[in-house]
Amino acid sequence: MSTIALHDEHNHDHADHGHHKETLISKYIFSMDHKMIAKQFLITGIIMAVIAMGLSILFRIQLAWPDKNFPFLETFLGKWAEGGRIKSDFYLALVTIHGTIMVFFVLTAGLSGTFSNLLIPLQIGARDMASPFLNMLSYWFFFTACMVMMASFFIQTGPASGGWTVYPPLSIIETAIPGSGLGMTMWLISMVLFVASSLMGGINYVSTILNMRTKGMDLWKMPLTIWAFFLTAILGILSFPVLVAGVVLMVFDRSFGTSFYLSDIVMGTNILPNEGGSPILWQHLFWFLGHPEVYIVIMPALGISSEVISVNSRKPIFGYHAMVYSLIGITVLSFIVWGHHMFVTGMNPLLGGVFMITTLIIAVPSAVKTFNYLATLWRGNIRFTPAMLFAIGLVSFFISGGLTGIFLGNASLDINLHDTYFVVAHFHLVMGSAAIFGMLAGVYHWYPKMFGRMMNAKLGYLHFWLTFIAAYLVFFPLHFLGLDGVPRRYYAFTEFEFMKKWLTVNIFVTWAAIMAALAQVAFLFNFFYSIFKGKVATQNPWESNTLEWTAPVEHLHGNWPGEIPTVYRWPYDYSKPGHDVDFIPQTVPFSQTMSSNLPHDFEGNAEAEKIQQDWELSNPVTENKG
Amino acid sequence: MSLRKFITNKTTAALAVLITVFANTSVFAQDAAAGAAAAPKVDMGEVYKSVIFYILVFLAICLFIAIVGKAIRVYELSREAQGKPVGINWNRVNSSLFALFLVLGLYGVYWEYTVHGSMLLPDAASVHGKRIDDMFNLTLIITTIVFIATHILLFGFSYIYKYSAKRKAYYYPHNNTIEKIWTIVPALVLTVLVLMGFLTWRSIFYKVEDPKNMPIQIEMTSEQFKWTIRYPGADGIVGHKNYKLTTASNALGIDFKDLKSRDDQMADEMVIPVDKPIKLILTSKDVIHSFYMPHFRVQLNTVPGMQTVFEFTPTKTTTQMQQETNDPNFKFLFYCAKICGSGHYNMQKVVRVVSMAEYKTWLAEQKTYLNDDLRKEFNLPVAPAPVKSVSDTTATDSAAVKTNQMALNK
Repeated sequence: MSTIALHDEHNHDHADHGHHKETLISKYIFSMDHKMIAKQFLITGIIMAVIAMGLSILFRIQLAWPDKNFPFLETFLGKWAEGGRIKSDFYLALVTIHGTIMVFFVLTAGLSGTFSNLLIPLQIGARDMASPFLNMLSYWFFFTACMVMMASFFIQTGPASGGWTVYPPLSIIETAIPGSGLGMTMWLISMVLFVASSLMGGINYVSTILNMRTKGMDLWKMPLTIWAFFLTAILGILSFPVLVAGVVLMVFDRSFGTSFYLSDIVMGTNILPNEGGSPILWQHLFWFLGHPEVYIVIMPALGISSEVISVNSRKPIFGYHAMVYSLIGITVLSFIVWGHHMFVTGMNPLLGGVFMITTLIIAVPSAVKTFNYLATLWRGNIRFTPAMLFAIGLVSFFISGGLTGIFLGNASLDINLHDTYFVVAHFHLVMGSAAIFGMLAGVYHWYPKMFGRMMNAKLGYLHFWLTFIAAYLVFFPLHFLGLDGVPRRYYAFTEFEFMKKWLTVNIFVTWAAIMAALAQVAFLFNFFYSIFKGKVATQNPWESNTLEWTAPVEHLHGNWPGEIPTVYRWPYDYSKPGHDVDFIPQTVPFSQTMSSNLPHDFEGNAEAEKIQQDWELSNPVTENKG
Repeated sequence: MSLRKFITNKTTAALAVLITVFANTSVFAQDAAAGAAAAPKVDMGEVYKSVIFYILVFLAICLFIAIVGKAIRVYELSREAQGKPVGINWNRVNSSLFALFLVLGLYGVYWEYTVHGSMLLPDAASVHGKRIDDMFNLTLIITTIVFIATHILLFGFSYIYKYSAKRKAYYYPHNNTIEKIWTIVPALVLTVLVLMGFLTWRSIFYKVEDPKNMPIQIEMTSEQFKWTIRYPGADGIVGHKNYKLTTASNALGIDFKDLKSRDDQMADEMVIPVDKPIKLILTSKDVIHSFYMPHFRVQLNTVPGMQTVFEFTPTKTTTQMQQETNDPNFKFLFYCAKICGSGHYNMQKVVRVVSMAEYKTWLAEQKTYLNDDLRKEFNLPVAPAPVKSVSDTTATDSAAVKTNQMALNK
């Protein structure tokens, strides 16, 4: 066994941790406890999500009623919505910041940060992260990044507005768009802080998983959530530094007159001195992060849904090894597909062909995962907890969005679909909706672990059904706009005759988006109300096998009183024939479940197999074994 | 908490909210009144009324949901107290909702495909566009089949295998044969798509030039927020340009020392002959734009400091298209598809596809970029001179001679 058993010597200190003197600040603010940091990430992520959702409602209003005045907008936005109409520049700022917040702050930090922090130590059996201090720093860098990004709304020239991909030269030249002034500088600062945060987190996750697993927890006994967090962290560690490199070059171009991304530029008649750079360089650097980033977003969600679907189907996840290998396949392939964002940038067409091949190959592991989810549901005994509903919703969105990806990954089809609403619809389904649903599934599932109380299930059902329906109503019709050649990031559809037929669709989509936004009130109320007033949770409310449910409900620094439990089996022994209840926690040794052991459980251990055979000979009741 | 007590609580809460809202509005109204002295008076009364109306509607819905929730709770508790089985089987409710969602969703997809699906771009009006459309249709058929089949399984299983205390799930951790099948089958289907996509892609970007049917060059230059079109003139080649030569009178920075530039023509719209290959040379002055011409399935970014090239052959004239679409106002367009600033949403030009004869008459009417002011700027003789005599008349200008010779040497 390669696991290093560092933790055992702390056992006795943690059994009664009276010597910890916790103040309000050390417990709730500068906390180094992974469970508290997870909650900090989650609540910050939820607040950022609400803000970004608000921004999206603002620009959806503009799209639906481009000719109408909404004087209350002027009340909130002042000169950015003079006369109650959002200005074109500010519209672009809204879409830019909506995208940035959602992708980085909500779906990367809010999702990975929350659940990696909460679940890694609890599910692998560790007292805390490898470096709790780094963990705390990770949160505070993230928090500062959020603050800097939000602060850009309070400066005169407004936030960055070159799209969340901030393609130069638009994002560098201040005269091109007002947002490329101070707002863009703040975007870059915020992004550097964010990358620092995510690297500190990632290094911590990887070292914790590799070094601090409890006795018996070998890699192939880890839950799929841990596999997903592990591979996500590796992706982040390898790709985020490239973004920083790109960002630093951009800072140089913007502030120190270098020409990494600029060449041959004339603004009106003003000839800029920059020569020799290429805007395409930024796109390569950005998408070298940017594409792994979308898998950084979706993989934790897939990990969470694997766990939730297995627990609530009361069935082992189908093809555990295939699930892990497909995650590994996605991890490796995601580094060589970034060029599919650049098919029509004028990149060498030869590269377009190569990236098309790698891109479509990545659909294979994704398909395997989908089929395995379906096989897990087959002949299950499905409990529809709110978490399970969201996990099923995730599978649905993952299928829908994944299939539209086959169009966009095909370079020839991308010619006409690139930068249209088809792309918007595609990534909002597969990255937006699916990942958010994974996150919500995780919140509903592990809420008892986080807050020691249960969320209201009925409000959860309401929340799910409203959100699920509204998300499809919003994003399904948008595909057709794209197929009609309507480009994204258009401030209004009024200048083109052929786009006028889509105005009614836009109004419909906006109402659906408002419905989706209001549905979140059910979640927010449920979430915050249940922290204080929810039903007190039992230790293992979902009758789950994984290690976190063996820890006591009330939080201790160190997670388990006394010794950390030892792991004997994989986490998916649900409804095993021959056992009296439909779950066997990982901590139950095979010697206690003689009636349900199967030959492959012993992994070729001849002695154990012999003992089992002897036992079966002396207990010949096997009619319910299948 | 009894239902009655709860309602009274909710009512008080709602009242409190209402009072706060009204208090705030009056404060806002005062602000508005104060600001009205300087700014033109806007009647905000109606606005606040409508905002309050929507907030009230939402609060009423919340109240309704809360009452329903409590009623359900009371019902369930009373069942429990009487020792009867659980009132509402939420597993059954949710699984039935999934089944319902499946049925309605499939109908919704059908409706979308037929209604919105008929509002899309007409068939491609270019040679390579037809291949793209075929590719698209094949992909659409395959993905639609998978989409519907997987969703039937997903929601079908959710409905069939809902929880029952009497049943135990089937312990089925893996089956290597099945897993191999559903790895290999998608891989094969994707191989077909990749191969076809790859061949289509090559046929678009790797064109063998036919010396008998050389493409017409047209240069497009994008800037915030307009397009400038340059036709090559009699020599069929658009001349050099150098961004450093950009002035108010020479907005493109055309280098008129290059002989090939002197006959280059300007145009307000892109007019092209049908069934003749067109080679678009795409450049940008300021930021990245994208030249997007969806009817011809053409899109390529215009990047400052770089030339991008897209070759296509239109197959339908504008008049033909007007008949096919039954729309006498139909126009081919090209517009910007890459975020480029505040005017991004309105950066378009008309494309007119005509017969070769019409094209030639139209082209003859277009002015050249080179005008008298520019001739002075470039030290060229002001009187319009045929290209042939240029080398004689500019003999005094040694630089021009050098350029000419270089151009000739090429």
